[in-house]
Amino acid sequence: MDLRSRSEDNLQVVSVQNSRIDAAVAIEFKDAMRAATDGGQDTVVLDLSEVQFIDSSGLGAIVAAMKHMGKSRKLALAGLTPTVEKVFRLTRMDSVFSVFPTLDGALTDLKN
Amino acid sequence: MSLVSNLPTFRITVQSGALAVREALAALLDGLKPLDLDIEEAGTVELVMAEALNNIVEHAYPAGDPAGPIDITCAHAVDGLHLTVVDQGRGMPDGETPLGAAANLDVDLCDMPEGGFGWFLIKDLAKDVTYQRVARENHLTLRIAVAVS
Repeated sequence: MDLRSRSEDNLQVVSVQNSRIDAAVAIEFKDAMRAATDGGQDTVVLDLSEVQFIDSSGLGAIVAAMKHMGKSRKLALAGLTPTVEKVFRLTRMDSVFSVFPTLDGALTDLKN
Repeated sequence: MSLVSNLPTFRITVQSGALAVREALAALLDGLKPLDLDIEEAGTVELVMAEALNNIVEHAYPAGDPAGPIDITCAHAVDGLHLTVVDQGRGMPDGETPLGAAANLDVDLCDMPEGGFGWFLIKDLAKDVTYQRVARENHLTLRIAVAVS
């Protein structure tokens, strides 16, 4: 699981480089997120624009990452491709996360 | 079902294991190429089948049990894709599929569900879901209303 992390002002942006977050890599993703976000900024934007497919295991891993960050921090999602957006919408998990269509939109909104 | 498609019924067999689901999904989507599904429809097929196959790899052939075959048959009819998935692993605990109710999200962060979405997605996106234990096999059938005419 390849995550790229960078800081932008008061935000941390974590970009997933893989095209799938599925059952085969869900645990690896969870561990990589933990390593990338521990001790980081309060607000983390997870850039999913390269991710073409996610299943319920991948969804669970993103929820686990949010839970691990704790209540005082925020995990926002950006750049959801059609199938990824569908999974969040159908499970209503789009009401639990802040979801932004694009990374630029997320950065503009969250920097203010 | 009435078969009016030019797409012949096709069958995929994979051996259960860590990458079985990816392998089966790639073969399935490849087999469906003649239908020229749009990204929305292809995503629905991939998602439903990913959840059905993940369940088999995880529960029918759990770690510690010998691996076994997973057979997928896909037929195209006027009302969509008719998919049959057969495995020779353990049966459903109660002889039927889980209800697949929507998860309660009105909870504290620490109680937010991390699982249990699979059957919800299958039952939300697929029609006519049936499950039968036949001899020592699990037979799951479902219909996905894409490429309907």
